[in-house]
Amino acid sequence: MIELKVNGRSYEVSADPDTPLLYVLRDDLQLNAAKFGCGLGQCGACTVLVDGAPTLSCVTPIMLLEGRQITTVEGLGSREDPGPLQRAFIEEQAAQCGYCIPGMMMRAQALLQRNPRATDAEIRAQLEPNLCRCGTHMRILRAIRRAATLMAGPASPPGSAVTPAAAGPQLDTPDTETGAQGDARSRPAYSERRERPER
Amino acid sequence: MKTFVTRRVVIRLLWVLGFGVAGLVVYAWRSALPPADPPSADSFNADTIRRGAQLAALGDCASCHTAPDGETFAGGRPLATPFGTIYSTNITPDLTTGIGRWSLAAFERAMREGVDRQGAHLYPAFPYDHFTLLDDADGAALYAFIMTRQPVHAQTPDNHLPFPLNMRFLVAGWKLLFFHEGPYQPDATHNLEWNRGAYLANGIGHCGACHTPRNSFGAEIRTRQFAGGEAEGWHAYAINSDSQSHAAWNAEALHAFLSRGWHEQHGDAHGPMAPVSQSLAAAADSDVQAIATYVAAEMGNPKHDKPAADPPNNDTGAAIYTAACANCHDGTRPLPFGGIKLTLSTAATGETPTNLINVILIGLHPPEGTAGAIMPGFASTLTDGQLESLLSYIRANFGARPPWTGVESSVREARSRVSD
Amino acid sequence: MSTNVSHKISRRAVLRGTGALVLSFSLSPGAWPYAGSGPQSARPKLPGNLGRNPLLDAWIRVDADGHVTAFTGKAELGQGIKTALLQVVAEELEVPFEQVSLVTADTSRTADEGYTAGSHSVQDSGTALRTAAAQVREILIAEAARRLRAPADQLRAVAGAVLGPNEARITYAELVSANLLHVEAQPTTKLKDPTLFKVMDRPVQRIDIPAKVTGGEAYVQDMRLPGMLHARVVRPPSYRAKLLQVDVGNIEKMTGVVQVLRDGNFLAVVAYREFQAVKAMRALSLAARWEESESLPKQAQLSETLLGMPAQDQVILDKHDVAGGPSKTLEATYTRPYLSHGSVGPSCAVAHLTDGVMTIWTHTQGVYPDRQAIAEMLRMPLDRVHCIHVEGSGCYGHNGADDAAADAALIANALPDRPVRLQWMREQEHSWEPFGPAMVAKVRASLDSAGRIVDWDYGVWSNTHATRPGPAGALLAAQHLEHPFAPPEPKPLPQPEGGGDRNSIPLYTLPSAKVTHHFLHDMPVRVSALRSLGAHLNVFAIESFMDELALAAGSDPVAFRLAHLDDPRARDVVTAAADEFRWAARPTPAGGHGYGFAFARYKNLAAYCAVAMQVRVDRETGRTRVLRAAAAIDTGQVINPDGVRNQMEGAIIQSLSWCLFESVSFDATRITSVDWATYPILRFSSVPESITVRIIDRPGTPFLGCAEAGQGPASAALANAVANATGKRVRDLPLNPARVKATIGV
Repeated sequence: MIELKVNGRSYEVSADPDTPLLYVLRDDLQLNAAKFGCGLGQCGACTVLVDGAPTLSCVTPIMLLEGRQITTVEGLGSREDPGPLQRAFIEEQAAQCGYCIPGMMMRAQALLQRNPRATDAEIRAQLEPNLCRCGTHMRILRAIRRAATLMAGPASPPGSAVTPAAAGPQLDTPDTETGAQGDARSRPAYSERRERPER
Repeated sequence: MKTFVTRRVVIRLLWVLGFGVAGLVVYAWRSALPPADPPSADSFNADTIRRGAQLAALGDCASCHTAPDGETFAGGRPLATPFGTIYSTNITPDLTTGIGRWSLAAFERAMREGVDRQGAHLYPAFPYDHFTLLDDADGAALYAFIMTRQPVHAQTPDNHLPFPLNMRFLVAGWKLLFFHEGPYQPDATHNLEWNRGAYLANGIGHCGACHTPRNSFGAEIRTRQFAGGEAEGWHAYAINSDSQSHAAWNAEALHAFLSRGWHEQHGDAHGPMAPVSQSLAAAADSDVQAIATYVAAEMGNPKHDKPAADPPNNDTGAAIYTAACANCHDGTRPLPFGGIKLTLSTAATGETPTNLINVILIGLHPPEGTAGAIMPGFASTLTDGQLESLLSYIRANFGARPPWTGVESSVREARSRVSD
Repeated sequence: MSTNVSHKISRRAVLRGTGALVLSFSLSPGAWPYAGSGPQSARPKLPGNLGRNPLLDAWIRVDADGHVTAFTGKAELGQGIKTALLQVVAEELEVPFEQVSLVTADTSRTADEGYTAGSHSVQDSGTALRTAAAQVREILIAEAARRLRAPADQLRAVAGAVLGPNEARITYAELVSANLLHVEAQPTTKLKDPTLFKVMDRPVQRIDIPAKVTGGEAYVQDMRLPGMLHARVVRPPSYRAKLLQVDVGNIEKMTGVVQVLRDGNFLAVVAYREFQAVKAMRALSLAARWEESESLPKQAQLSETLLGMPAQDQVILDKHDVAGGPSKTLEATYTRPYLSHGSVGPSCAVAHLTDGVMTIWTHTQGVYPDRQAIAEMLRMPLDRVHCIHVEGSGCYGHNGADDAAADAALIANALPDRPVRLQWMREQEHSWEPFGPAMVAKVRASLDSAGRIVDWDYGVWSNTHATRPGPAGALLAAQHLEHPFAPPEPKPLPQPEGGGDRNSIPLYTLPSAKVTHHFLHDMPVRVSALRSLGAHLNVFAIESFMDELALAAGSDPVAFRLAHLDDPRARDVVTAAADEFRWAARPTPAGGHGYGFAFARYKNLAAYCAVAMQVRVDRETGRTRVLRAAAAIDTGQVINPDGVRNQMEGAIIQSLSWCLFESVSFDATRITSVDWATYPILRFSSVPESITVRIIDRPGTPFLGCAEAGQGPASAALANAVANATGKRVRDLPLNPARVKATIGV
């Protein structure tokens, strides 16, 4: 059993220690944001933060992560209460298929935490490891610039400037209520959940 | 009595110093060469320009003389030296900020003597101690190439050198002690290709600028040519008989490595060597061949350090390797895209752990749009403790050498250089 | 090819609540796999895909609580179609946007609209839905009129209810009854006046984005069913490889492994946990021994190889009108390599065999054709196979999705009652997806002394751009079985849409013109549809050549095009793009800067698009940076202008990636571009400083779609800008630094 701290909560995970974090996040903890893009550390779709630094979860075995703070997109806010980065991406409509976006967001989050006044050149350099095939780059850049404003502005509600420690309690989605054992809980069949499509 | 003697000694010393400085100033003084009208492109033969391009590829002028995201050859790249930061100059033929008004004589004087058109001494960060070997034909070809480049208006930033190092005339003293002017003297005990290789490698190729250790004045130690050096936080491996490479280098392997940037038995070029091999793709193949012949001869049959005794038990390191590295490095995908088997990697067998630490932390990232091995960096994945376990595991099990010393401080130093 | 299909959907599956409508529909005989271009049975022509599915309740359903559900046979590919179609329905049906849901491509629930492809979604499904919604509205108004005993023209529909005189108000929920909408669509429709639009032609925020940025379940990759197993396929190392031997004993003993499957050359492993499946796949791959053979052409001689292949020649244009005498003749050859879809998320599918019914959740572009192929492969009756579209990552054509669905189904077939999730690996997607075909175009044209084109001869060599399922033999899994299904014979897609010949006929006014499509039957490399099909290379070639002609005529590139364009909408889009870019004010190229322009009307019948670009070429390295791009697009009636912009920005950037860097690589035996290291694509350092898009809105005109309109013009604008910057013309894609540098010289 390995204990992982994800988005401010602790989980006991029974996956093998050499399992890449990505599979544990998605399959054991049912966190959807980090994506499988290549499994080779080449595309950035799996990017999460480990102790605030962007990390490719597809090549990071969980045995390395005990005691470290892992943050995923789910830790930045929720559907009902999105954080500033998420709000910015929604307001800028910064997605086409959206598959690469969580990876982009985590890299951006790391940058803005460290350097809230990052320049356009710095943002571009920061995102270089991440691929977007649909060509949403312009909007991703706009969304990150907007997020910087939202994070810094006086209008930002308290607690919306996100640090890994503060990321924790915002999760209300059933996805992460996996409790002690970490394995996949039984959930309603996908087809039934989609019967009345949410839209 | 004591005071009297001391005062006389001091006065005498001051006179000696004064004469010394004056002598140095006189020695150091170089005349300004008159500004020339910029030559037109038609005044150069197309073949000469092409030859110059090949030489510039060998010398990889663009690497130092281009700022990150800057115009090629327009200078402005900061070079960190133990003495301070020096910025590379604008060598485009721009009339005001470049060398557009340099005559061939001025160009040759800079390359061979380390003096610019105005007569100022150049810091040996510009490796004229190598370029001094250039013969007339090659010098003229390089001049033709440089003068037909796109002029770019870009003012070179001021160097950050503390007093008195910012006094250029002091460089003359350095030259007095350490600079041996060319031209290249052929060695009759070797054949033509060896000599050509020596001329190129030690001349325009300036391999020793990285691969030779330097003394405390920053000058290459000539008696230890190619015994290994430092460049931008990386270790430039020994490429003489001190080579620690697991597989022996021969001319053929060197030629392949230099022109392609990788070799099945040796891995990919990384760190500062990567842009060098990218540049060599545009060099004349026969020149690269000659360099390979020469360097292979210099390596001879290296004697490796004694292998280590039985590696100590290192479960943590083994587990980390198996979980994070083995999939690529013990995989079936061949080089250049698969990870090298670490028994073949000089990063594991080399004298210091620096390169292995660098590669693990930074990874490998080819220039955008170019096919090349991509290795993710593990800076944010591994703690220092995990990294040290992994390093000692790799050293013992793949390098099969005695453990490195000073690993902790090497790791700390590398971390401070590598941002997330 | 696909044959007649008719479907009777279980009413139980769709009835919800009392007063709700029964959903049933049947396809007309002779159903055609390509939406919008097939024959219809003998009835008055109905707009869009209504023709093939004329019953209104196949498209729109109103529940007893007033909630509206719209049904489309199209799929969300990341192009924002879900939101756009909701806007259409909400507008015409006069219901609040929030009160409408959309069900997309599902063989049990939605019409068969063929493939979500060809930029047809808005044209065909959007048109059908708009028409259906309008007619449903009128039916509801008529019903209200009947109940209120008031004339219909005194009633109006507002926000989900019908309002009448004396403050009468009946909600849709109260109006609806079983079978009310179970009627066929009428040929004429009262469409809403565009000046009254409240939600159409508005940048409504996409409904899918919030979930995607907050970790919601949004993709087929996110699906988790109880008891779900994880599977991986071991694909052969090359197209013709044969599995000689594999010792599965050790694999079966690995932790978590449930089963190893082998059927001929098809190899797969199933495990409880995903990483166990990955490890088992790696071990299985090492344990397998294959016999391979060389079958691929020499990459360095690809164009020559294509030109030398046997071809079926079709002359698709041959006209000879009187014109001035030719005074200058130019000719050129343009080429492109094989291009990869390269979607960031490798293909994935979930399949579940239970009670004799195989359900497959897949991101295929065509649930009906994929179902048909899978049913044939599994030798199951069609009505026992059920394909439901769930979004995958960006889809740009026929990628690995159909095959992943087949793989999952094949595996699930061996494990009844266990849901199986099958995920392709990156290397598998890169090696086995069908590529956009390599193509060659040769063009020759003459100018008269006034600088006008007087004759034009164009030939394009290409494989088919469509090897989608329909037949089982189109599926990789089916081809690899012990008793394999033969791949179907490739056939050219007919004009006016075309495949390799798409957009090979210029829209320009040319007195004499001959256009020949050299259809290449043999496909050494697996190919199929990639965004814009042949239009990419044809527009690249035509628009590059137009610039070469303009230069020879001493004419400005934009003026030269306008001089040959009669279509007013085309002229408008060209003028708008030039204006948006400030083309007339551009300086003389200097310092490596260059400016390029290009125009095309997609398929000569869909959206009009023009793109202008400024680049900077580094003479020393041959590296091209695109500084800015400006585009103009006329897509007819706009549904979501932000969606149009998003698609155009994406098209431009994707085209830049294709044209600056990309080329599938292979040796004599294998595809060698198997990941992002070997098939590099554009990254942030090459993204332009700005891209602006001007939309020419044409309210009230038919939808024209926009997804593929940008590929050709963006690619040609780039090539033209590079030629302008360097003074040298590169005609072979990609315009990578090595090629540009070699053309510039020292």
